[in-house]
Amino acid sequence: MLDQTEGYTTEDGRKIGGVVMEMKNITLRFGGVVAIKDISFDIREGEIRAIIGPNGAGKSSMLNVISGFYNPQEGEVWYRGRKRPPMKPYQVAQQGIARTFQNIALFEGMSVLDNVMTGRLTHMDSNIFRQAIWKGRAEREEVENREKAERVIDFLEIQHIRKTPVSRLPYGLKKRVELARALVGEPSLLLLDEPMAGMNVEEKEDMSRFILDVNDEFGTTIALIEHDMGVVMDLSDRVVVMDYGKKIGDGTPDEVRSNQDVIDAYLGVSHD
Amino acid sequence: MPEQLIFAMEVFLNGLMAGVMYALVALGFVLIFKASGIFNFAQGVMALFAAMTFVGIQNGQVPFSHLINAIFGTQIHYFGWELHSIVAILLTVVVMVGLAWAVQRFIFRHLVGQEPIILFMATIGLAYLLEGTADLMWGAEIKKLDVCLTDTTCLPQGINVAIDEATFGWFGYGFFIDNLDITATIVAVILVAALVAFSQYTKQGRAMRAVADDHQAALSVGVSLNYIWILVWSVAGFVALVAGIMWGAKSGVQFSLSLIALKALPVLMLGGFTSIPGAIVGGLIIGVGEKLFEFAIGPMIGGATENWFAYVLALLFLVFRPQGLFGEKIIERV
Repeated sequence: MLDQTEGYTTEDGRKIGGVVMEMKNITLRFGGVVAIKDISFDIREGEIRAIIGPNGAGKSSMLNVISGFYNPQEGEVWYRGRKRPPMKPYQVAQQGIARTFQNIALFEGMSVLDNVMTGRLTHMDSNIFRQAIWKGRAEREEVENREKAERVIDFLEIQHIRKTPVSRLPYGLKKRVELARALVGEPSLLLLDEPMAGMNVEEKEDMSRFILDVNDEFGTTIALIEHDMGVVMDLSDRVVVMDYGKKIGDGTPDEVRSNQDVIDAYLGVSHD
Repeated sequence: MPEQLIFAMEVFLNGLMAGVMYALVALGFVLIFKASGIFNFAQGVMALFAAMTFVGIQNGQVPFSHLINAIFGTQIHYFGWELHSIVAILLTVVVMVGLAWAVQRFIFRHLVGQEPIILFMATIGLAYLLEGTADLMWGAEIKKLDVCLTDTTCLPQGINVAIDEATFGWFGYGFFIDNLDITATIVAVILVAALVAFSQYTKQGRAMRAVADDHQAALSVGVSLNYIWILVWSVAGFVALVAGIMWGAKSGVQFSLSLIALKALPVLMLGGFTSIPGAIVGGLIIGVGEKLFEFAIGPMIGGATENWFAYVLALLFLVFRPQGLFGEKIIERV
């Protein structure tokens, strides 16, 4: 069912496009520890791609490879049909890959709106002298960015806390602000590191809805990490399963669910 | 109005002006500390270096002339020109940006993620390195710094006269305020306004605030830490230049200028290490406080209280309000 160039159609009828990002034989070591071992998979345009696995499986390392926080010792990262040289995280961000963090990395001293506006930094090209001299253009750019920010803020239903300093917000809302900041840059690939970690049931449902809505409304390609199996299976179109740094499964949620290796990894297997 | 009160008012005003000078130095500390968590011990030496470079360029001194002459047996000291202050300032800014780049490239890029105390030690090293370099480049003699080298009326004239006349009209006693202090105040106001506008309304300013707040998050929205740190050191270098010129014009460009950094410490204790308004208000409080204290209490205890008043005040603050007036509150989560 998976056509290499054309993409596929999901069960609910969404069209999934070509490959946006492809990981080829990625191996990542920290000293003698092999965090990721020879893993390959791809992420296609418009899909929600999940990476799951038990604790310590190397999921976060994988996300950090994609977002440039780690550079793998072996393997190739292909982005939009081009091989990507080793890059700094900020360069990756400038290429249109946005991310959130497992333990939230927001600018605590700034307001929600300011935080979201930083997500537009890569879209502001007026340099400092032009901003000082040519007021008109910088102003136009600021207005445009502000509109985009307000739209995302409305969309994620955080209008009521726009001016609140982030440090005063509860955990669930912080996660949403972080999503807003990542989303406002109109990324071609959005990486979510455990978007539902530490949330209660209600917050998880909200977050799931927002992730689906974002994908639906903006057509954003999303790759997410999660270890809550239930959530992942409902959300994602395709799932990569990792265990001890290796890939043990890759496919639709149903395919993965019935994969014996995956069942063993999650439920444990008796060694007798 | 009683005479004592009028004198006190004059002292108060002079204290405010002196406070502005302290605030100028403290500003440089705050900028770097906020953005990179580095307590830059070298800020005072940077002011000295900037002032020496400014005077050197202005007078057409050949940099490293002693070294060159010693090696090649030549006798060159001056290019033989005198540059306009504006040109000299612009050239010094270029030098300070180059210094910022070098500091980031050769020192702090290698120390990313190190303990604050290690970074602090590095800035002490930097302070001595810079002091030596300044000596080698421009020579150790005391120099006169005159912003109005080519144009004697470039300081705003007449404000001190106007104040003198106005206060004479009101109180029958004319206040004396140094023209240079007035200039320093005007420059400081412009500088602070420019800094605030820069950090609030420009892309780079926003990126700078982002880096100051959270490195990882800043990276994830596409901000290059390296670039921002060079920018921050450049801005701090520029502030050092302004402080250096003002202090240099007041007391001559000499190596003791680097000790003004010590006077900035109590200012920071009061204002907090992370607050730009704090640096200004802290500077003003120290300036006014030490002048009024010297005026009111000084004669009773033999004077010279200005030498220690600021430090004792800072000590009191450390005991009762360690985060300073405006610093971020220290909350220990258990």
